[in-house]
Amino acid sequence: MARTLAPAPMGCSNRRVTKDANPARAADGGGEDGRGTPIGRRVVLGMLAGGAAGVAAAPFLQRAYDNTLGAAAQKDPTGLSGLLPAGGGFRYYSVTGSVPHKDERSYRLTVDGLVRHRASYRLADLRALPQTRLVRDVQCVTGWRVPKTPFQGVRLSALLDAAGVRPQAKAVRFTCFDGAYSESLTLEQARRDDVLVALRMQDKPLGHDHGGPVRLYVAPMYFYKSAKWLSKITVTDHVEPGYWEQLGYDVDAWVGRSNGRDDVPTT
Amino acid sequence: MSRPPERATARPRVPRFTRAEHWVHRATATLMAVCVLTAGCLYLPFLAELVGRRALMVTVHEWSGILLPVPLLLGLGSRALRADLTRLNRFGRHDRQWLRAALRRRGGRPAGKFNAGQKLYAAWIAGAVLVMMGTGLLMWFTHLAPLVWRTGATFVHDWLALTVIVVIAGHVWMAYRDPESRRGLRTGSVDAHWARHEHPLWKQEEDPTR
Repeated sequence: MARTLAPAPMGCSNRRVTKDANPARAADGGGEDGRGTPIGRRVVLGMLAGGAAGVAAAPFLQRAYDNTLGAAAQKDPTGLSGLLPAGGGFRYYSVTGSVPHKDERSYRLTVDGLVRHRASYRLADLRALPQTRLVRDVQCVTGWRVPKTPFQGVRLSALLDAAGVRPQAKAVRFTCFDGAYSESLTLEQARRDDVLVALRMQDKPLGHDHGGPVRLYVAPMYFYKSAKWLSKITVTDHVEPGYWEQLGYDVDAWVGRSNGRDDVPTT
Repeated sequence: MSRPPERATARPRVPRFTRAEHWVHRATATLMAVCVLTAGCLYLPFLAELVGRRALMVTVHEWSGILLPVPLLLGLGSRALRADLTRLNRFGRHDRQWLRAALRRRGGRPAGKFNAGQKLYAAWIAGAVLVMMGTGLLMWFTHLAPLVWRTGATFVHDWLALTVIVVIAGHVWMAYRDPESRRGLRTGSVDAHWARHEHPLWKQEEDPTR
């Protein structure tokens, strides 16, 4: 094709180039265009140095950010600052494509496994039981932390006592109505005072995005232990690793003492 | 589907990019788009609520990120691409003039095959991708480094991601405003008048088809 064979005469530009470039050399490295200071390489190296410096200075920078813009973001009425890194507040994580909505009518929490009395609770049944309110920090294993968040609900130990745990039981397994998520605790962990079957968060009924109407709340552990959309509690004879735990997370997920992290404990 | 008939027969066209460069750009752009979209699904609440599937999104994000430099590395086999990398790397006096004029929003911006803005973009995004890969690997293989490094890597990865998205949006906006430059990457050739106007110092190579 003719058009690819005919380089257009670009001579009109040569006068300007030859002022500061040596016209004798036209190597294969881009011709006269390819000479001058290697600024490009310096920019790349500068980015690498800046990245390394950023990693090193991050703790300091993060603290400065939290104390200024981060603090302001907590009061941001538009919510736009939530899109900034570490903009504060909760982040929505779901492991499935879509999660069904359950309400007063359709929600059931079953307790089964190594128990004397299997049980099925409706929302109203759970609300009728003695409620416990805890206010602790929430710490996610990915780094975000939400300070002083109230959770309210029924102590898990109360549900276990009501079901009558059999002597050979060692652990409790939790499954969720998203169809995929699961979690486990040892029986000893499950009986702690700060482990709730939560119905309310931030003094409001638990919304769907926060795992409502009912989620697990394990105050002393990273937040992935606090399974959302809780639908079944099964007493078992061994700890079965949960969803993220099969993907490498620690089963005993104490905040500050697991997953290679050293966050301040939440309890 | 056939493209609208090109007016190349009416106006002279000059070769600008080879097939290899076309595919390197297309593959890199696709991987980058996948990276940005999956990042959005992991990070933005409304996308996370819409898409969910967190484990899948993480895997796709990690692999599209780690593959990002591969098209360019393969493309290094092409002499034309290597020559263009040299052009992008080297800044002459006219590039300083271009940058000064651009900063003061004045005309008179002399440019070779690539203008100083394109050169800076190329170098910046190359460096940014390397930093994103490095910090991403620290977050992916958490046992590689002590915890403070991982926290630092997360910090840099988050903020640089935000910057990268803004800069890429600028890159796409520039391309959107200039159909002839897009035609150059798509078909390999550009209108000769456009080339003379936008890249007056660009001198054609002897054999541009290689």
